[in-house]
Amino acid sequence: MLLTTGSPLAKGAATAVDASRVGLIAAGLSKRYGDRRVVSDVSITVQPGEIVGLLGPNGAGKTTTVSMICGLLKPDEGSIMVCGVDAVKNSDFTKRRIGLVPQDIALYETLSALHNLELFGALYGLAGADLRKRAHIALELVGLADRARDKPATFSGGMKRRLNIAAALVHDPDVLILDEPTVGIDPQSRNSIFDNLEALRARGKAIIYTTHYMEEAERLCDRIVIMDHGKVIASDTLAGLYTRLPASQTLAVDFEGDLDLAALCRVSGVREAHVKNNQLKIALDDLSNDAATVLVWLGAQELKVNHVSSGRANLETLFLALTGRQLRD
Amino acid sequence: MNAKLTALVALVRKDIVLFFSNKRSLVITLAAPIAVAAFFGSLFAPGSDKLSKVPIAVIDLDRSTLSQKIVSALSADAALAVTPFSDADAVADAGVAKHGQGQAVTQAMTLVQNGKLRAAIVLPVGFGAEATAALFGSIDERKKPQVDIHYDPSQSMVLGLVRGILAQHVMQAVSQSAFSVNSPAVARLREEMQKATDGDANKISPDLKRDLSAMVDSIAKVQAARASSADKGAAAAAPGFSMPFTTNATEVTSGIDKKYNSYAQSFAGMSVQFILFMGVDFGVGLLLARRMGLWKRLRAAPISTRLLLGSSIASCTLIAAIVMSIIYAAALAFFKVRLEGSIIGFMGVMWAFGFLTATFGLLIAAIGKTPEATRGLAIFATLLMVMLGGAWVPSFVFPEWLQTVSLGVPTRWAIDGLTAMTWRGLGLEAALAPIGVMLAFSAVFAMIAIWRFDWEE
Repeated sequence: MLLTTGSPLAKGAATAVDASRVGLIAAGLSKRYGDRRVVSDVSITVQPGEIVGLLGPNGAGKTTTVSMICGLLKPDEGSIMVCGVDAVKNSDFTKRRIGLVPQDIALYETLSALHNLELFGALYGLAGADLRKRAHIALELVGLADRARDKPATFSGGMKRRLNIAAALVHDPDVLILDEPTVGIDPQSRNSIFDNLEALRARGKAIIYTTHYMEEAERLCDRIVIMDHGKVIASDTLAGLYTRLPASQTLAVDFEGDLDLAALCRVSGVREAHVKNNQLKIALDDLSNDAATVLVWLGAQELKVNHVSSGRANLETLFLALTGRQLRD
Repeated sequence: MNAKLTALVALVRKDIVLFFSNKRSLVITLAAPIAVAAFFGSLFAPGSDKLSKVPIAVIDLDRSTLSQKIVSALSADAALAVTPFSDADAVADAGVAKHGQGQAVTQAMTLVQNGKLRAAIVLPVGFGAEATAALFGSIDERKKPQVDIHYDPSQSMVLGLVRGILAQHVMQAVSQSAFSVNSPAVARLREEMQKATDGDANKISPDLKRDLSAMVDSIAKVQAARASSADKGAAAAAPGFSMPFTTNATEVTSGIDKKYNSYAQSFAGMSVQFILFMGVDFGVGLLLARRMGLWKRLRAAPISTRLLLGSSIASCTLIAAIVMSIIYAAALAFFKVRLEGSIIGFMGVMWAFGFLTATFGLLIAAIGKTPEATRGLAIFATLLMVMLGGAWVPSFVFPEWLQTVSLGVPTRWAIDGLTAMTWRGLGLEAALAPIGVMLAFSAVFAMIAIWRFDWEE
């Protein structure tokens, strides 16, 4: 099936694509609860061997979007193609091609790790030796092969999270969807999960990774879709998103006193400035040349400057620029 | 206030606030004991007129004036609900009474065996005449007329009640008959004395004859005086001399050699109660699984929601049946409970109740919002069903209206079905109604559950 720009299914895909070779195409998804529109015209495309980050604050509509893609919710509008097959018309087929890692640790705590995987594998039609083999492969992949007979109740939080991922891999899906899979775990476990996901990408899996941690998205994702209030506000590669930043470098200033923000924006070298809770964030063309100018200007305003720091612009800065709010608000 | 006390107060305050902030749990905590206490209090309140009438049958094989009077008195008694048997049946029974059990008696015993009646009283042929004679103590105890009482052994306390009421009405009727002005009994006594004297002068001495005649004359005199007085009720209360009949109480079980086993009744009640509690745990488990995100993972698989709910119902039904099998295995092995009725019927009741348990669990999962709130509500509902089902107290002690209400409670049918297939020894046909009712309830529970089930918390 060939889609071209302008086709409803291709909405969000930049150019003509062969849908059967694309892991996932979600186009124009919308969902309402009563009068409340929680997702509005969301489009996402994920190629095999690609990790697409779905980034946004809590309540942005990420989980609802993921639920529609997985077939847990029926979209009010829009279409979903998984491996070239319409997910609404052929949900049995497309569900077999998708592996979902829910936000919660969805495991039976009193069944062994292996038994959990065998159960979830059986739901996808696996049986017998093939099921056992797939379960062992999945455990191997997440580094839990030596704990196969142990119950999740005896696992650390990080191990449970890895088993949670393994449960979505046991049927060898083409598309893997992870809904905030690193919530509440230590950095070491998080890195271990990232290694697992990079290995899966190398195997050609199409992966959607939802998070509200920009650092995770920056490290892991090939492309990033930023959502807010149920809408996509930006969608591009990391490099492409950075080009939308008002500046590549920032100056953060903690201050006391009355600030004339409009006047600050007129200072030479200042591309953009936001203030919140007496913290000023200024996007600069050239930090080395412009920082001193800005600090002198602030001093002239009789503001008390308590702390100054500089940094490279990131997704947080971009989100701030796009919405006027911080990602973790 | 020192730091430790401050911490203590803060912790206690926290628990109190948490407890009272859960309104649903609070209502259940308060409502459950009040409801249960009110229920038992009303059942056993002294002087309560709410207690139901004891359903019995009276088969009058005698058809004498006296026996009919007794049947009328029993029928009018506030404590009894007498099932009438047609004259034709009783007359037919009277014809076969000497050779065996008549149709009316058999019918009445079947009703007792089925639990529809608590007892059946059989007034034998010749009861009226023999009881009057027996009143004067002139008849050997063994020759007194014998009233058969066939009773439900699971409710043996009724036997004492029936015996007492029967004695009261027989004594009233017999004494009225014996001491009335133109009492046929007194006339017959005179006649028999005369015959005895006429036939053989050695049989009775003139002195004894004189004394007996004087006694009979005095009785007639006293009764004449009483009859002329305005207080006719006093005659009715005239004391008798001795109990003019004996009773022969027999348990109505599945066979002559089969004895009632009280464990069969208690195992039915308790297995129903605790398997229902298991159903509550099953329902709460569904809510916990939903909270843990397990339902999301399961629903992401290529299986329908009907299959998911169906698998839950199937597994819970299977577990309930296994649990009940083990409970009854223990009852059979250690408490001499026997499946005297249809084994297929027992299996049917067991599986139907398992299905009922599963759909009940699903229903409470569908209605409940959170596991915490649902547990309290479900336990309350279970206790109500168990109480009304007669698992704790036999339903016959309930007020009549409550007995009617209890027919709308599926546990009543479960317990009735289990007892019918165990000690009552009834056939498959007796299991069909309980199975049908439980399946109907299950279908309603399942439909409501599927309609109301919320996949997201």
